[in-house]
Amino acid sequence: MATPIPLRFMEAQARNYRRIWRASAFSNFLNPVLYLTAMGIGLGTLVDAGGNTAAFGGLAYLEWLAPGLLAATGFLSGAGEGAFPVMAGTKWLKTWHSVLNTPVGPSDITAGVLLWISVRLLMVCGIYGVVLLLFGIGTPGGVALAVLPSAYAGLAVAAPMAAFAANLEDDTGLSTMFRFGVVPMFLFSGTFFPISQFPEWIQPAAWLTPLWHGVELARGMSLGMETVFPMWLSFGYLTLWLAVGAWLADLAIRARLVT
Amino acid sequence: MPAPLVAARGLTKKFGDFTAVDHIDFEIQPGEVYGFLGPNGAGKSSTMRMIGATSPIDAGELTVFGLDPREQGRQIRARLGVVPQEDQLDGELPVHDNLYIYGRYFDLKRSEILPRIDELLEFAQLEEKRKAKVEMLSGGMKRRLTIARALINQPELVILDEPTTGLDPQARHILWDRLYRLKQEGVTLIITTHYMDEAEQLCDRLCVMDRGRIVAEGTPRQLIEEHSHREVLEMRFPVGAQADVLPRLAGVAPRQEELADRVLLYVDDADAAMGEVSRRGLVPEATVVRRSTLEDVFLRLTGRTLVD
Ligand SMILES: Nc1ncnc2c1ncn2[C@@H]1O[C@H](COP(=O)(O)OP(=O)(O)O)[C@@H](O)[C@H]1O
Ligand SMILES: [Mg+2]
Repeated sequence: MATPIPLRFMEAQARNYRRIWRASAFSNFLNPVLYLTAMGIGLGTLVDAGGNTAAFGGLAYLEWLAPGLLAATGFLSGAGEGAFPVMAGTKWLKTWHSVLNTPVGPSDITAGVLLWISVRLLMVCGIYGVVLLLFGIGTPGGVALAVLPSAYAGLAVAAPMAAFAANLEDDTGLSTMFRFGVVPMFLFSGTFFPISQFPEWIQPAAWLTPLWHGVELARGMSLGMETVFPMWLSFGYLTLWLAVGAWLADLAIRARLVT
Repeated sequence: MPAPLVAARGLTKKFGDFTAVDHIDFEIQPGEVYGFLGPNGAGKSSTMRMIGATSPIDAGELTVFGLDPREQGRQIRARLGVVPQEDQLDGELPVHDNLYIYGRYFDLKRSEILPRIDELLEFAQLEEKRKAKVEMLSGGMKRRLTIARALINQPELVILDEPTTGLDPQARHILWDRLYRLKQEGVTLIITTHYMDEAEQLCDRLCVMDRGRIVAEGTPRQLIEEHSHREVLEMRFPVGAQADVLPRLAGVAPRQEELADRVLLYVDDADAAMGEVSRRGLVPEATVVRRSTLEDVFLRLTGRTLVD
């Protein structure tokens, strides 16, 4: 039986990845180790000493933080995994143009790359989850329940990032996007502190970000914390980002490759 | 005659208001080497990309293997080999992996691809480079790898867009030799080039393309016979003297072309013409007698040289 065409492109991405998998997996592992050491042991001890555990649902800071960090990791990885392969394929190495001389078409490329990104995000978040367990944070079941929505939040941002990257003429727009879009979202979507710390009128702004929903889902599912919206709504919102993003990415990648 | 492998009628490509390929007609038969000869910007690559079913057609009809690229692009591409003008190899991957990954796009099984890669590396004289990163290869090697890649699916038709541009003479000759071998195996080849010697050497039939149109078509010999004379007498006069000499050459040759640095006389008998020139008391600084080539055909048809 013939292999579905998007899977052929996904396989190519995977083969490409094999070249760097050691370095990549190591950094996916080291990253949470450093974060949890700094945040948890350093910062967490201070925060817990402040005694304000109500803001964290009565949990130790580190326990409350962990699912949020997972979602934020999915989000950051999704932003990068969405942008960089597209930049490489259409601009830096231009390898995607020659792919079109095979049965693979532009939509197969978009679908294949998003499929591969899903796998990568599950890997990144999965490794993060393992590190959490090694640090003695959470239970295997709870961590697994945080990994899934975190990877999903990553995918929800990867798709529009792929579209954005395909539309760029050069790299400058990319650093602007990370500096003024991705990083602020990373900091202000309730990962490190509850957005209830902000004045009430500004809190709905956070509701618009995919990361905030990812954080809500990760905490809701793994810690059983109460969420602002029903969880299906947050999933739906992330799905909207994914669907619109994938549609835009398909248009942009096609426009870039087919002339 | 068998059904043509590729047939175009009124084939047109536009970029905005600009017409890059302007209602061209051609037919390519199975087993032949067909060339598109023309200068940069003539519309050769645009034509190749339409035949390759990767670029939308703006008007006219095109069939490849009797299939319609607008509807059956995937089926066409599955049977084609394409050597694009730019190699578009993955420089960060080894030679072997570039071929393997490309083969998987055609859904070839591992057990099919591996022996095929061995054959192709031998064909492209790249056996020793199997594990080398592609960015380390020379231009000629990259070009041969791109050809090897195009052959992974054992295509019936291979499109080569400027296969030798930018290569040194030795690398070009190695490549030509590989293309002859393909032809002998019965593969149909479509080649674009702006080198007239390449077109003359390789092509059974060719068309001359200029500004999106086909201005002549035939075998290299037919084109030369129809559009040029047998011999060319090239004369170079001292700097500044050419303008004064021109009127005195009137009537020596049935056709005369003035380039910036020399005068070309198109004649059937160059020796006789040379005698006539010296009888008129004209002494060129340098004289070359040669056969007419496709370059001369191009000059005749368009008033311009192919490579400037
Ligand atoms: N993607 C494109 N967008 C706009 N113009 C293009 C594009 N591709 C080619 N052209 C223009 O079309 C003309 C023909 O180009 P091309 O087919 O590449 O010619 P050739 O291969 O004979 O050099 C050129 O003037 C070129 O600038
Ligand atoms: Mg070209």
